[in-house]
Amino acid sequence: MSFLIDSSIMITSQILFFGFGWLFFMRQLFKDYEVRQYVVQVIFSVTFGFSCTMFELIIFEILGVLNSSSRYFHWKMNLCVILLILVFMVPFYIGYFVVSNIQLLHKQRLVFSCLLWLTFMYFFWKLGDPFPILSPKHGILSIEQLISRVGVIGVTLMALLSGFGAVNCPYTYMSYFLRNVTDTDILALERRLLQTMDMIISKKKRMAMARRTMFQKGEVHNKPSGFWGMIKSVTTSAPGSENLTLIQQEVDALEELSRQLFLETADLYATKERIEYSKTFKGKYFNFLGYFFSIYCVWKIFMATINIVFDRVGKTDPVTRGIEITVNYLGIQFDVKFWSQHISFILVGIIIVTSIRGLLITLTKFFYAISSSKSSNVIVLLLAQIMGMYFVSSVLLIRMSMPLEYRTIITEVLGELQFNFYHRWFDVIFLVSALSSILFLYLAHKQAPEKHMAP
Amino acid sequence: MASLDRVKVLVLGDSGVGKSSLVHLLCQNQVLGNPSWTVGCSVDVRVHDYKEGTPEEKTYYIELWDVGGSVGSASSVKSTRAVFYNSVNGIILVHDLTNKKSSQNLYRWSLEALNRDLVPTGVLVTNGDYDREQFADNQIPLLVIGTKLDQIHETKRHEVLTRTAFLAEDFNAEEINLVIEKRYFLREGNQIPGLPDRKRFGGGTLKSLHYD
Repeated sequence: MSFLIDSSIMITSQILFFGFGWLFFMRQLFKDYEVRQYVVQVIFSVTFGFSCTMFELIIFEILGVLNSSSRYFHWKMNLCVILLILVFMVPFYIGYFVVSNIQLLHKQRLVFSCLLWLTFMYFFWKLGDPFPILSPKHGILSIEQLISRVGVIGVTLMALLSGFGAVNCPYTYMSYFLRNVTDTDILALERRLLQTMDMIISKKKRMAMARRTMFQKGEVHNKPSGFWGMIKSVTTSAPGSENLTLIQQEVDALEELSRQLFLETADLYATKERIEYSKTFKGKYFNFLGYFFSIYCVWKIFMATINIVFDRVGKTDPVTRGIEITVNYLGIQFDVKFWSQHISFILVGIIIVTSIRGLLITLTKFFYAISSSKSSNVIVLLLAQIMGMYFVSSVLLIRMSMPLEYRTIITEVLGELQFNFYHRWFDVIFLVSALSSILFLYLAHKQAPEKHMAP
Repeated sequence: MASLDRVKVLVLGDSGVGKSSLVHLLCQNQVLGNPSWTVGCSVDVRVHDYKEGTPEEKTYYIELWDVGGSVGSASSVKSTRAVFYNSVNGIILVHDLTNKKSSQNLYRWSLEALNRDLVPTGVLVTNGDYDREQFADNQIPLLVIGTKLDQIHETKRHEVLTRTAFLAEDFNAEEINLVIEKRYFLREGNQIPGLPDRKRFGGGTLKSLHYD
């Protein structure tokens, strides 16, 4: 009986999350495009829904809501469904849509997408070989095999994003790094842009006039086609066409220049807006946060280095540690069990919410930057895949932040994975990502003002 | 060459509707072989004989400014684009007949080009509820072109064409629905369908121009 009640609660919440994913897809991601294939929207919302349910189960675990056995059942079921989606459905559809875009293979779409999926599975399986993630006593088609590989990819992604985010966040928030842009700079660039466009136009006018006179005089301007055409064009080339190719080359160079100028002007406008924003109250608040985050970022890099150098993986979670410190050093006595439950709930809740929110925002920005009307389906599916893998590996890593008694269910459900390996791997990739982001941002920052100094 | 008068026409529309293909077709009499994303603005020129064959025949350079980007771009990109909108003689709005959102976005494109502010209702206009007053005092002639007609199934053509007819009325603009052939390579450049509309289009714009 209680199992039925629990299941109905779970299903209701799943439907809620599904609806939220659907709305997010329609309102945010696809607001400038038309949804032609509803299958894409369904897959995205389903992935989002099941990922959020996993987090919900963790929270329920901490709070002790629902029956323990029904929780376990739902965990298993959820995990199976998510793995099914991430390993079978989404890659297959990605292959299908990629193949649909290519004209040549249009007829045998299904065959080629199956081929693509098989290639993906092969590489996915090979991924597990160099990593010591499993004890050898597991069969080939067990959950542990799939989860371990998904976990590796997801943890790599998480660490890359965290590293870049940790460095980028203070860089964007703090106004110390903002270049000084005046209105005259912008006007000067705009004038250059318009001058370049005028030069392009005058050259094209010459070409159009030349083509017109050639056409009127009866010389039809043929591109040399075939063998005889090439031989003929070597010996007898009309002077008009030679001129045209020369002018065409100049026009190509000018068009490239105009594109560069356009991008630079847009960049300057963006910087000017940020300068104005930083003078507002909100801007000052974010500036202050930026200083705070830069300290946090430096501390995290430091901790990651120490973890790697001293080969140490934290045994106790921050909550128990904090309580130990307060009890032992500050001498404050309180009910450890009661408080640890609530504090870990709050802590884990914050981690979950911020990571979901951060991921969705990053995905949206990424999507706007690179998608076009042709590739939007493929990109959204890729994002759904990334999101699914990210959430699965967050579950792996969140285990570290929870006190021992709540870790059991994750350990039970996910089987005997080498969790320590994942934490070590996270630290390594985080360090690499943070350091290379610092280098990258430094170079980009240095290069930008020099561009505007040029006459 | 410089003594010929110039006519500046903007070509606006969402990403991927076929603006660059259209401009290439009009100016080079050829189909664009490998269309790619337009960054910034690309210009092409066409020499046109206005009122050909009559004693008032005059030759004009029509500059087609093909502005790239989407209507939901960052405001910095919009401010940069605004530099192209000065002293415009005509506007061509291009939308994709297979994509309803591109037709709806034409409203925002035209507002951006005409430098008007959006109606401050705060609600995103998405169902064709255009405010005709915004365009009532507009002197710049508009032309609405719908592309990719060949990709619409025969049975649906009628409803799509009625919808676009309403659209063109709202803008008080002339309308053409075209096929821009991208898949076939034609030997004789003049046999491309849609080309017969060329003269009508050129005449239409310049005719209204001379009413100013």
